[in-house]
Amino acid sequence: MGRVRVLVGTRKGAFILEADGKREKWNVSGPFFGGWELYHVKGSPVNPNRIYASQCSGWFGQLVQRSNDGGKTWEPVGNKFAYDGVPGTHKWYDGTPHPWEFKRVWHLEPSLTDAETVYAGIEDAAIFRSTDGGQNWAELPGLRGHGSGPNWQPGAGGMCLHTILIDPTNPQRMFIAISAAGAFRTDDGGTTWKPINKGLHSQYIPDPDAEVGHCVHRIALHRSKPNTLFMQKHWDVMRSDNAGDSWKVVNGNLPPESAAQDARRAFGFVIDVHSHEPETIYVVPIKSDSEHFPHDGALRVFRSRTGGNDWEPLTKGLPQSNCYLNVLRDAMAVDSLDECGIYFGTTGGQVYASADAGDSWAPIVRDLPAVLSVEVQTLS
Amino acid sequence: MIRVWLPAHLRTLARVSGEVEVEVLGPVTVCSILDALEARYPMLRGTIRDQITHARRPYVRFFACEQDFSLDAPDTPLPAPVSAGAEPLLIVGAIAGG
Repeated sequence: MGRVRVLVGTRKGAFILEADGKREKWNVSGPFFGGWELYHVKGSPVNPNRIYASQCSGWFGQLVQRSNDGGKTWEPVGNKFAYDGVPGTHKWYDGTPHPWEFKRVWHLEPSLTDAETVYAGIEDAAIFRSTDGGQNWAELPGLRGHGSGPNWQPGAGGMCLHTILIDPTNPQRMFIAISAAGAFRTDDGGTTWKPINKGLHSQYIPDPDAEVGHCVHRIALHRSKPNTLFMQKHWDVMRSDNAGDSWKVVNGNLPPESAAQDARRAFGFVIDVHSHEPETIYVVPIKSDSEHFPHDGALRVFRSRTGGNDWEPLTKGLPQSNCYLNVLRDAMAVDSLDECGIYFGTTGGQVYASADAGDSWAPIVRDLPAVLSVEVQTLS
Repeated sequence: MIRVWLPAHLRTLARVSGEVEVEVLGPVTVCSILDALEARYPMLRGTIRDQITHARRPYVRFFACEQDFSLDAPDTPLPAPVSAGAEPLLIVGAIAGG
């Protein structure tokens, strides 16, 4: 039947939620690293007992923790993230040059083929790689050095590299996303990168169709169709069928901001793909721009079984009144059991799970600190 | 031996309780104490001062003998009671946040 291990990063520590394949009874352990911000916790697909965690604090900076026993025990590994060469500047909020400064690790992406290799997406945006299990980190400088780096500008949450996707059929190809620079792709293992933002339209930047400057919130792909990408942008859900070379809007019937702002719709942070159905995707629309809570106080996951455009709200088991929380960009994941499980965490401290591909939901936990990230391991 | 008092989160990280002691060769300064501390407890690297610039983290302060040395040059000699082990260097996390 298999079992699942859900790795939850929160504002005040990490938690591990475990269940058998029925996903009805859950064992909750934690907090690990209580009081610290756990931006992301993710296991190696090669060795599921190898888990990496990004631990940080406004007082004491950044740590990276590693477990070799499925999260029972942890050891701190390397936390030195030195930009390659002279870092230079990017644009600050007011458009002036601002030095590149390391702030935190937003995302850790273990290699699909080597448990000792792991990538880190950091703020200020850059990608680092470790090939010794997190002990030492080296920047892949071709990303910041591709030419547009001096024009990158932070979003409200900082200039973070928050998404790293590795093509399961081509280890030389990776996709990353930065708020607010956009999406980029490498086809040579991270040596060189190119922006892949054609088709993105962002009214809030001087040139709405610029090569870079778009606030991409999240990208997802299905392992069987890695050339098809799904994107949750600041506004708009997008898809690409050519590995990001071009994108089209697939908002369809997702809710608009308001009757007066029909053109602004489909704001949100998370997006993910059903583990067995590459055209079934999930988003959680959020009311922008300063409010950042669900429309009408009703928490709804929207599912499209057609890769976008046709969306259905999923509400069974989710609060439909007086719900004013957020679902952050790294806080949704899917398992790969026969009946695909969907999970998401909220800033209200709930982790919701659906064991039937989204038809119905129930909270695993209700009262954690604000959830920053959710990942799932499907274990034999 | 030089006595050092760490904030609670860093004691947990270093897996120690109470004060720690480090040996410092040469002048006893904040810098030399941190060098010795990080050599003995490598997991503390980057948590008190930046690993590259060695700049003090903004929410960390250095107190000793009822004086604040946070804004002094890191190679400023600390008072004799610290060198003698009679008083600890207090590494303090700012009271802030929620």
